Amino acid sequence: MAETSGAKGPSGRGAAASYAVEEKAGGITFRPAGDWSVAPILAIDDELRAFAEAKPAGESAVFDMSALIRLDTAGAWLIDRTAASLEAQGVKVSYQALKEGHKILLDKVGEGGLPKPTMPERSSLYVEIVGRIGAALVAMWSEALVFVEFLGHVLATVWRSIRHPSRFRLTPLIHHMEKAGFDALPLVCLLTFLIGAVIAQQGATQLRRFGADVFTVNLIAIIFLREVGILLTAIIVAGRSGSAFTAEIGSMKMREEIDAMRTLGLDPMDMLVVPRVLALLFTMPLLAFIGDIMGLIGGGVVAVMQLNMSPAVYIERLRAAADFWTFGVGILKAPFMAVVIALVGCRAGLDVTGSAESVGTQTTSSVVRSIFLVIILDAVFAMFFTAVGL
Amino acid sequence: MMDMADQIAEEPIIEVRGLLTKFDDHVIHENLDLSVRRGEVLGIVGGSGTGKSVLLRTILGLKSPDGGNIHVFGKDLEMLPEDERRAQERRWGVLFQEGALFSALTVAQNVQVAYREHLHMGQKLMDELAAVKISMVGLRSGAADLFPSELSGGMKKRAGLARALALDPEILFLDEPTAGLDPIGAAAFDELITDLAHTLGLTVVMVTHDLDTLHATCDRIAVLAERRVILIGTIDDMLQSEHPWIREYFHGPRARAAFAGK
Repeated sequence: MAETSGAKGPSGRGAAASYAVEEKAGGITFRPAGDWSVAPILAIDDELRAFAEAKPAGESAVFDMSALIRLDTAGAWLIDRTAASLEAQGVKVSYQALKEGHKILLDKVGEGGLPKPTMPERSSLYVEIVGRIGAALVAMWSEALVFVEFLGHVLATVWRSIRHPSRFRLTPLIHHMEKAGFDALPLVCLLTFLIGAVIAQQGATQLRRFGADVFTVNLIAIIFLREVGILLTAIIVAGRSGSAFTAEIGSMKMREEIDAMRTLGLDPMDMLVVPRVLALLFTMPLLAFIGDIMGLIGGGVVAVMQLNMSPAVYIERLRAAADFWTFGVGILKAPFMAVVIALVGCRAGLDVTGSAESVGTQTTSSVVRSIFLVIILDAVFAMFFTAVGL
Repeated sequence: MMDMADQIAEEPIIEVRGLLTKFDDHVIHENLDLSVRRGEVLGIVGGSGTGKSVLLRTILGLKSPDGGNIHVFGKDLEMLPEDERRAQERRWGVLFQEGALFSALTVAQNVQVAYREHLHMGQKLMDELAAVKISMVGLRSGAADLFPSELSGGMKKRAGLARALALDPEILFLDEPTAGLDPIGAAAFDELITDLAHTLGLTVVMVTHDLDTLHATCDRIAVLAERRVILIGTIDDMLQSEHPWIREYFHGPRARAAFAGK
């Protein structure tokens, strides 16, 4: 006679779970006792599994349920599992003193059959690495295709809007110009001003060693107008507005608002994407322009304070250092970067699937992707302008 | 267990006294009394905006009452220390209207959350029990590995029920349990609830509009109107009531169809 007992349930809902096995001529008697509910049965689970899998003596088993005080679905599963396992080994199982309620439970849990494991099998490390690299490459390629297709779609929609101006949505355009452009002004101004000052301060310190500190002005003018002004603005806009585009469109997608639009005969491209793309297209060059000015002012403040240069002299030197194309090269990049940021943001929003988690994933990936693309674009432009001699 | 249940059948498992709830100045419930007996299936009905779901949320402690008190298992949730409150919460299961499944987890993992967090159960038994619950609520076993976003509305509901039943709670709260299920599924759902209430001594509190469910599962019905429970009783009590809203509800064309031949 073997006896096993489990721990008392944490909520004190009853006694511990235990069972006894009695061997008789021609078979065994299995006697569950106590509280067979989800917490107490944990203590006897392993032992019971081992008992059921070992070949028991005899041809038949009687499950005597008279000592069972409480049974829930977890306990019923354990009993049903034991019975099924014994029967699979050719032992005839019968129940004795089975309460009506317990019988319904046993029948209920027995309907499903044996479950399969929920954790997927792990493949070998080598296969895993190669597989993931391959999957990432394929994903990158298909993403590029999707992006080009999306760009085409947006261009077609814009062209249609130009031919049929009545389809064009002015109100959302103005709304997004305000949100993505005007509202970004304080942040863009502050950051470009600070970076301008920092570059001037660092530049002056280094150049002073060669006695060339007056060239600090050239440094600021060239670096800010050509590169930093637009790059900084683009990164701020990607973080601020690109992510907002994804989250806005994404949560609309999640709540089926986009599907609702389609069924009402409204094109989400017209309603959601084109206004956002155009809003950034119009406001980014302005933001970049203001960013340039603020960067130059930031540099000027340092020049005036650290180099004892009068503001008039600073402006005079700026004029000498930069011509229109120094500025033009920078500002020309703005519309391209604007389109990239808006397209990536909107596309990621439309790619959101049903879950809240996917809004988060898509927002992150939209920001990462647009900053990445902006920097790539900047590098391409740098090569292009060098080649054409600007 | 059943003997124990018989002994204390007279003592209500949920006791709401003089409940006042409001949003800003908008009073939802005023002087609301409700007591739920152990082992019964109680349906809460009422027109739109009468605060059925708010009442459920208030009993669950998701919203604090602005007045009055609520005793569940004889204890006032508001007064309990944090750990006792957690222990209390493990003794009930809730099925929210849209299932409210955790979107980052599969159906099986959703069911296993309570096992993992509260009982530190081994993976093997968790898988088995999750599969039992999943088949119990009428989902095919393949659904276990699906994410909530891949489920239909009805399947979400069933998965939500499987999660609510994970710890074999004593009270099951259901918010519109059969809305979104097809009639066959809804009938099976009703049967399942009756079954479980019977076998586990489960107390069920449900908000529902489904007259078939009311008829098939509920022992008693509480009618919410005029900011309080205006009547609580069996279907027969409802049918005999002279209150205009109750008359309209239980004698309307849909009600007649649901109760026809019964």
